[in-house]
Parts: sequence; C-alpha cells; structure tokens
Amino acid sequence: MCGAGPARRAQMKARKEPGAVTRRQFMAASAMSSAAWAAGCTSQSGDWESLSEDQAGTLAVICDQIVPADDFPSASQAGVVTYIDRQLSRHYRRHRMAYAHGLEQAESISAKRFGHGLAQATAEQRLQAARALEQENRTFFELVRKHTLEGYYGSPRHGGNRDAVSWRMLGLAEPPVRGRARDVFSKGTRS
Amino acid sequence: MKRVNAVVVGAGAAGGIVARELATAGLSVVLLERGKWYTANDCRKDDLRNQRTTVLGNAFGPEDEGNPRVWVDSRGEANVVLPSEGAYQNNAACVGGGTLSYGAMAWRFMPQDFRMRSTYGAPQGSSLEDWPIGYDDLEPFYDKAEYEIGVSGDESGNPFHGPRRRGLPMPPLPPNREFGILEPAAKRLGLHPFPIPMLRNSVPYNGRGECMRCRWCVGFACEVDAKNGSQNTVIPSALATGNCELRTQCMVREILTDERGRARGVSYFDEKGRLQEQLSDIVVVSACAIESARLLLNSKSRLFPDGLGNRYDQVGRNLQGHHYTGAMGFFDFETYDDVGPGASIAISDYNHGTPGLCGGGLLANEFIRLPIHTLDRLPPGTPRWGAGHKRAMREFHRRTMIVMGPTQQIPTADGRVTLDPAVEDQWGLPVARLSGNSHPHTFEIGEVQARRAEAWLKEAGAVETSLMAGRPEIVSSGQHQAGTCRMGDDPHGSVVNRNCQVHDVDNVFVIDGSVHVTNGGFNPVLTIMAIAYFASDALVRNWKGTGFRS
Ligand SMILES: Cc1cc2nc3c(=O)[nH]c(=O)nc-3n(C[C@H](O)[C@H](O)[C@H](O)COP(=O)(O)OP(=O)(O)OC[C@H]3O[C@@H](n4cnc5c(N)ncnc54)[C@H](O)[C@@H]3O)c2cc1C
Ligand code: SF4
Repeated sequence: MCGAGPARRAQMKARKEPGAVTRRQFMAASAMSSAAWAAGCTSQSGDWESLSEDQAGTLAVICDQIVPADDFPSASQAGVVTYIDRQLSRHYRRHRMAYAHGLEQAESISAKRFGHGLAQATAEQRLQAARALEQENRTFFELVRKHTLEGYYGSPRHGGNRDAVSWRMLGLAEPPVRGRARDVFSKGTRS
Repeated sequence: MKRVNAVVVGAGAAGGIVARELATAGLSVVLLERGKWYTANDCRKDDLRNQRTTVLGNAFGPEDEGNPRVWVDSRGEANVVLPSEGAYQNNAACVGGGTLSYGAMAWRFMPQDFRMRSTYGAPQGSSLEDWPIGYDDLEPFYDKAEYEIGVSGDESGNPFHGPRRRGLPMPPLPPNREFGILEPAAKRLGLHPFPIPMLRNSVPYNGRGECMRCRWCVGFACEVDAKNGSQNTVIPSALATGNCELRTQCMVREILTDERGRARGVSYFDEKGRLQEQLSDIVVVSACAIESARLLLNSKSRLFPDGLGNRYDQVGRNLQGHHYTGAMGFFDFETYDDVGPGASIAISDYNHGTPGLCGGGLLANEFIRLPIHTLDRLPPGTPRWGAGHKRAMREFHRRTMIVMGPTQQIPTADGRVTLDPAVEDQWGLPVARLSGNSHPHTFEIGEVQARRAEAWLKEAGAVETSLMAGRPEIVSSGQHQAGTCRMGDDPHGSVVNRNCQVHDVDNVFVIDGSVHVTNGGFNPVLTIMAIAYFASDALVRNWKGTGFRS
C-alpha cells in the first residue's frame, strides 16, 4: 500500500488525468476492485494536448489493463495517459495516426462484442477487449504496451509515474541521495 | 578567420586529447565540435532520455530532428533511422563526446588483441588483420591516459593483462553487493575475478571529488564530476594553454584541399548555420568511427573524386563494435543495493585461449538497472502485461543480476559506412549509410560466452537463468564503433599509417576509434585515448613549424 504522503502529493499535482482522484477516493478505492476504479475515473473535464476526451478515456482503460491497480495505483492513476498525451505532441508525433485508429478499433471491439463502449464495460469485458486488441492489431497493442510501461516506470517529470509511485513500489528510495533536490527528478524540460 | 596550425574535428575522447597535446606543444589549435558543452546544470537524471535509454531521445546529441542515417537491412532494403533508434548506432555529440555520459570502464587491450590474424588466422570471408603497432608501443600511452584522465581499480588479481609499468593511480571503489556475490562464485569455478578499472574517481583526484555512488551513471552526466572524460580533464587544460579555441555547435562539412592534394583547412556550419572556413596547416579528424568516415567521404575534390584518403576504396570498411552477449540470473534473495555505478567485477579468463574460437571477451556484471530496464528482463514465461507483469516487477527488480561482455567482433570488409545517395541531413550533407554485418564466427563466440556467463550466475545461486545471445542482422557498432579508417602499412588495405596519418595526404590525420584494426574483447575507450596520446606524440615530434620532417 502506498503511504498517505505519496497519495496526498499525487492528488495535489493531479490535473486533467482520468485517474486523478481525491485522497478520500484514493483510500476508498484501494479497497475496491480495479473495475470500480476505472469506472469512476473517466469523466474529468480536460484539455488534453493531443487526445480528445473520448480518446483519453479509451486509452485509460487500455493502459489500466497493462498496469492494473492492485495495492499500488494503475497506469492511469499514476498519470500514464498524461505521459502518452504529451508525447503524442512531442517525441511520438509520428504515432498519432496509430493511436487514432487503434483507439477506435478498441471501442469497436467493445461495441461488437458487448454492445456498449469501454466506458460501460465490466472489468472482465475490458480485459477481454484488451486481449482481442492484442490479437487483432498487435502493432498498436505493442506500441501502447511500450508507452504505458515507460510512462509508469520512467521519470516522473514526463507526467507518468506520478510522485515516483512505481519506484516506491519497487522499494527504491526517492529522492535517492541525500542532498539531491526532489525536483531534479520531477521538473525540467519535457522532451 | 586567422589561419591556425591545426584544426581538430570533434571534441570527444580522442579529439580532446589531441587538442590538449598539440596546444601544450605550442601549436595553435581550433577544436570544432558539432554538439554543445553541457554543465552540471544540464545533468538531469532522466530514465527515458539519456545516452543509453533513448525512449525520448538522446540527452547528449544528436537530436532526432535533422540528423538521420540510413541502415541497409539483410534483405538489402534501405531504412531511414533516427538517432534515438538502435540501428542508428549512435555514440554522442557534445563536448566530451561519449566520455561525458559513458560507463567509464577503462580497459587496456591484451597483447594478443593487436595480433589477431597471426594468433588465429583469418576466418574465411573475414578481414581479420594484425595491427601495425603492438601492445608495447601503446603501453606508455595507456599509462598516460590512466594517470592524466584518471582511472581507479586494481588489476593485481588479473593474471591475463599485458605488462604494465605501474599500478593504477586510484584504488577501486568499495565492492557493491553483486561483487560480494559474484566474487566467491568465480573463485569456486577457478576463475580470476577482479574489480573493473574505471575512469571514475574513487578518491579525490585531479582537483575533483569522488563518486557518490548514485543510481544514474552509465548514459548520464555526473553532477559531482567524479566521472573523468575529456570535458573535465584535457579540454579545460587545452584551453588553459591559451593556444586552443573550442567552437561548439560547429558542424564540419568537408576537408578542403589545394590543387596539389594537400589539406588547407575545413569548411563548417557555425552555430547560426553560416558556412565558415577555417584554414590550417593540418587537419585532425576525431569525429568517431562512423562520422569520421563520412567526413572523409564527403570531402570530394578533383584529386579525390571518391573522398579524401579513399583512393583504394578502404574508407568506411571494417566497421565494428562489440557483439554483447551474456545471461540474466534470477535469485531468491536480494541482489540489488542501489549503489552505483553497479558494474564492479570482471573476469578476463575468456578473452583468449579457447580452442576453436578466434578470441572471446571479458565478462562483467552489468551497470545498475533502472526499473525501465527490467520491463522485458523478467523470468521466461512471465506475462508481458497485466497484473502478472506488475507482480513480477515487484518480485524480480531487486533480485536479478546480469553478467555479459563485449565479444570481440571478427570484422568483414562488407560491414561498412558509405554515403547515402538520397538522404541528406539538416545541412544538406549526404548521411552515413550502414550496411553489412560481422563475420558469423562472431556469433558462435558470443554463444559460448553467454553460456559461460550463465554458469557463473548459476554458481552464484541463480535459481533461474536466461541467455542473452542473438544473431543481429546488423554490425553492432554504436557506442563502441571502430575500424572504418584502418591503420596499416599497406595503402591498398588501410587508410592511415601507424601514426594515424592518411596515406596519401600527409597533413590529414584520423585519430579516434576509426583506426582500430580490431576492437579487442574490451570496451574501447582507453585504447582510443592511448592512440590519441601515441599519435599526438608522433605528430609533435615530426612537426617543424608549418610542415613535417620527411
Ligand atoms: C552511454 C555510453 C556508455 C559507454 N561506456 C563505455 C565504457 O564503459 N567504456 C568504454 O571504453 N567506452 C564506453 N563508451 C564508448 C566511448 O564513449 C567511445 O568509445 C568514445 O567516446 C569514442 O571516442 P571517439 O573519440 O572516437 O569519439 P567521440 O567521443 O564520440 O567524439 C567524437 C565527437 O566528434 C563530434 N563530431 C562528429 N562529427 C562532427 C563534425 N562533422 N563536425 C564537428 N564535430 C563532429 C561528435 O559530436 C563527438 O562529440 C560508452 C559510450 C556511451 C555513449
Ligand atoms: S555513480 Fe558516481 S561517477 Fe557515476 S554519475 Fe553517480 S556519482 Fe557520478
């Protein structure tokens, strides 16, 4: 379980992220299933840099299959959608079309199989949809997998791994060295 | 612009040393570097953007935009590749070159590494050769590099190294946890483990402090300046002589020649993109193996229609690096201690002497791993995503070790750099086109090395292992790139002579990893530094005012 400290800081920094929640929600949610989590997390009013609100919601669902919540936050809760959204206007501009098509395909898989969108899908249906997407469009799924894991386990300064939550999960002290300022890792140019 | 004695192209490992040696001898020097000069302030420890993990680009150049290369794959298809992609085979572009962010392993080659052909014979289809110089020629200059740039370590436990006049100037860093686990295991196997020599301060040295053992070392700059590169040693001291001017963000376009075929300087694009000329008595090319070859090939003139020094079609050939192989071990106890730089222990038992194999390489434990490096390095059968993957990250990030090493590549003449006929960079210059591969025997050696690494890990208590040994469809050159302007006595089979002087243009020198005939089973930088000292020494001895003694 994350300590209360990290959770509070995460909340203060949270913006426009489907996974962003208040501390109370966070504490409550940690007792809930990941499905309940994700369901409550897709209705932020946001100004994404690259994605539409709907795309961001779909992406959050897929990212959360790749890194689901357990005792530690899911991908979207840790800011991974923010990470991918930012990079789609920067280093990953070249993948914008792949995302547009891939996210549409994810929704159409859900619509075809379950008769509704991923937002309404159950936890089990979401996982099935992710598996189907992996089969039907491996290239896109591999891309999202890669970007999700990078965002979750990479440097907080790019918007994912909010508050270094994955590093704490792995038992890595943060900040790691006495005398090194925290913002050395969280601030700086966003490439 | 004032004419100077020497223009040095590239402020990396070799270029920094050459600039300093020439400036100290009283020559006027202009050092041109295409990248920037980074300071401690730019030293962001960014797991996704550094010189080793380039998910979001290279931290120390070149940028993805405007600097493509072309890679010809095994089907003969040409692919445009960016600096952040593996097939680009990047090293770095900044003051210090690779030495700003390197891992700083400081290996001497072994005497046999300079005589590969006479030791083993050349496998058919390879271009395996002997060097025109030997270990003994370089020994004084290895020593000079160890003391002037600064190396820590203790080689007394390694019975395989060549003769050396004295020990290293600094003791090794205290052992980390992996060292403590791997050392007794190696000894039980009858091997000879010892601490890796490192261009890193273990104690205050050269006016700078010691390593604080952080998590982010290889691929990153060091904010306490404990990692010794040309940017914090020879380049500042070259500038302090008053004889050397460093110009950054200056991209050299071509070496200019006169009607008699001698170099008269270089043209370059300055930081504002303006074309400039810098005239000089001599030109030293130290741009790293791929770009040095490209610069010679791009320097075309009436007398050198195929590029300078390329009369016999040798420039760019024999591209090589190292074929890294090894094994990963998974343990039921914690091996991780969060103490950098992580790589600490090596053996040299397998560099030479295995019947049936042309050489081998050192084996060492890997640098400290960041979480991003563990994602695809989990036990075989681990789910690639989902709850199972996340659990495995928790379970194994702190319970793995990697032992691997740079298998010495058997070069081929077809593994090479040419100019791409179609693709240009931001300055309109034809880009490097990489094609061919190492000799297949390289991969056989690599597989044997991987099994040896696995045996070491098992002896150390690994409950599960997986081999890391592939057969890449590309010459793996990258950070260890070398060989493209081979040193030799015969102008038909090499580009420069033993003093790194281009065979048919006596005032142009190539001084960097390009001149390596073979690349040893060791990381190359200390050899590149030793060659830079060796060639500078010859250059200064032969220099008389504005020309050379014949
Ligand atoms: C992350 C990393 C880890 C490494 N770890 C190790 C290690 O542990 N041990 C080891 O032995 N080696 C290591 N290396 C490799 C080592 O850094 C290189 O072998 C070494 O830097 C090569 O030296 P060089 O002088 O040939 O070229 P470089 O050091 O690359 O210098 C060449 C310079 O020339 C500049 N340049 C190129 N073209 C032009 C042009 N046209 N005009 C102007 N300037 C130009 C480049 O920008 C560059 O700065 C590592 C490298 C990296 C990046
Ligand atoms: S491990 Fe040591 S040398 Fe490497 S970056 Fe950290 S402090 Fe510098």
